[in-house]
Amino acid sequence: MAARQKVLVLYLATSALDTPVVGWAQYDGFGDSKPMTGDEDVPPYKTGVDALRDGWRLIQASPLVSHVSGEEFRTDYLKYEFFFEQWYSIEPKL
Amino acid sequence: MSRVDCAVGVSMGHELGLTTLQMAEFVARGVLAFEGVVPEALNARFLEQLRAPAGDAERTLSQAYSRLIHNPSIPKISPGTSLPDCFQSGNCLHDIFALPVVKGMIRSLVGDAPIFDHHFLHLTLGAGTEMQRTSKAVSQHNHQDSTIDPRQAFDIQLFYFPQAVTRAMGGTRYIPGSHLRRVSEAAIARYQNIVGQEHVVCPAGSLYVFHMGLWHGAGRNQSNEDRYLYKIRLGPNAPQVRLWNDSDLVTQPDSPRPIFWTDPNHKDPVANQLMALEPWFEADTGRLELINRLKLWRYITGDPKADVDYWLTRVENEWGLP
Repeated sequence: MAARQKVLVLYLATSALDTPVVGWAQYDGFGDSKPMTGDEDVPPYKTGVDALRDGWRLIQASPLVSHVSGEEFRTDYLKYEFFFEQWYSIEPKL
Repeated sequence: MSRVDCAVGVSMGHELGLTTLQMAEFVARGVLAFEGVVPEALNARFLEQLRAPAGDAERTLSQAYSRLIHNPSIPKISPGTSLPDCFQSGNCLHDIFALPVVKGMIRSLVGDAPIFDHHFLHLTLGAGTEMQRTSKAVSQHNHQDSTIDPRQAFDIQLFYFPQAVTRAMGGTRYIPGSHLRRVSEAAIARYQNIVGQEHVVCPAGSLYVFHMGLWHGAGRNQSNEDRYLYKIRLGPNAPQVRLWNDSDLVTQPDSPRPIFWTDPNHKDPVANQLMALEPWFEADTGRLELINRLKLWRYITGDPKADVDYWLTRVENEWGLP
């Protein structure tokens, strides 16, 4: 049985999975949806734990990185990034 | 976001300069909106000139730009040109930049003779015939314009919407408060949606002014109408210090407002604006955003000791060190 992956990326308010979602992205290898930038204003889950409870499998979390001396106040990319996946079976093409 | 009524501006001679509260909003959010400030007759003339001679009949975006790039209503201008020298009398853009509210806003942010960087006409084809006209029926990724820019000085980007923009037309999406994050252009494309993101929906003749660092992207046009957006980037030619109507500016109050155990009777709208958190801020970096806003506030007020809620004063207290 062939399978396809769906990916959910959540950006949280802290490094803890049970804190609020502040940003998100979805990619659909299954092909039944076409998420794109700016398509939703309400996050799909309130927290990372809510995604776990809905069947998403955590596959990567951003590490905590020490602050570079002299650059302690710099802000740039969203800091607390969590990747989740789901797999869907598809019927083989005959 | 709060919409700026041009009547709120304060007279600077015959111009309308920004107020201290508007400057605080720009420092905090990186964006100000001026809705419907360009007269309808001027909007109509601008659109008429853009659509001549063929109108909106092209089948593809490249065909449309093949016509538009030769349109004399948007002149070719060398980067580095002083804004007052950019547009000849009679040109629609000359008339727009001569409007008192526009002159006052530009002067308040980048001075009265800012440096022209570039301009561009953005066109997003309507969806009615989109399948025939383009295969890229998607929104634009979030990005920060230009490239990594570590300056304290800032450029502004003016967005002029000559026609009314509905939600379906996919007006520019932007992330309030993102302008002080130092990222590399489309490296942020992965961030599809951010809590608190806004989409431009406005009447014809609206102007939005962005700090150069504001994260943004074009929405997908799902209407049947082609959407036009004229954008111009301007840089300062002098220090951006107290260029607005600053008569009410107080940077070091005699009695700064108490923090954490706050005083509900202490009213300070400028401090409230500077300290207003965006809903997407992370818990810890949200505080860094406040510090970076205050550094920008010090730059534009010219007061190296300016502070709000003790954020900078606390970490600058070096007493006791050799």
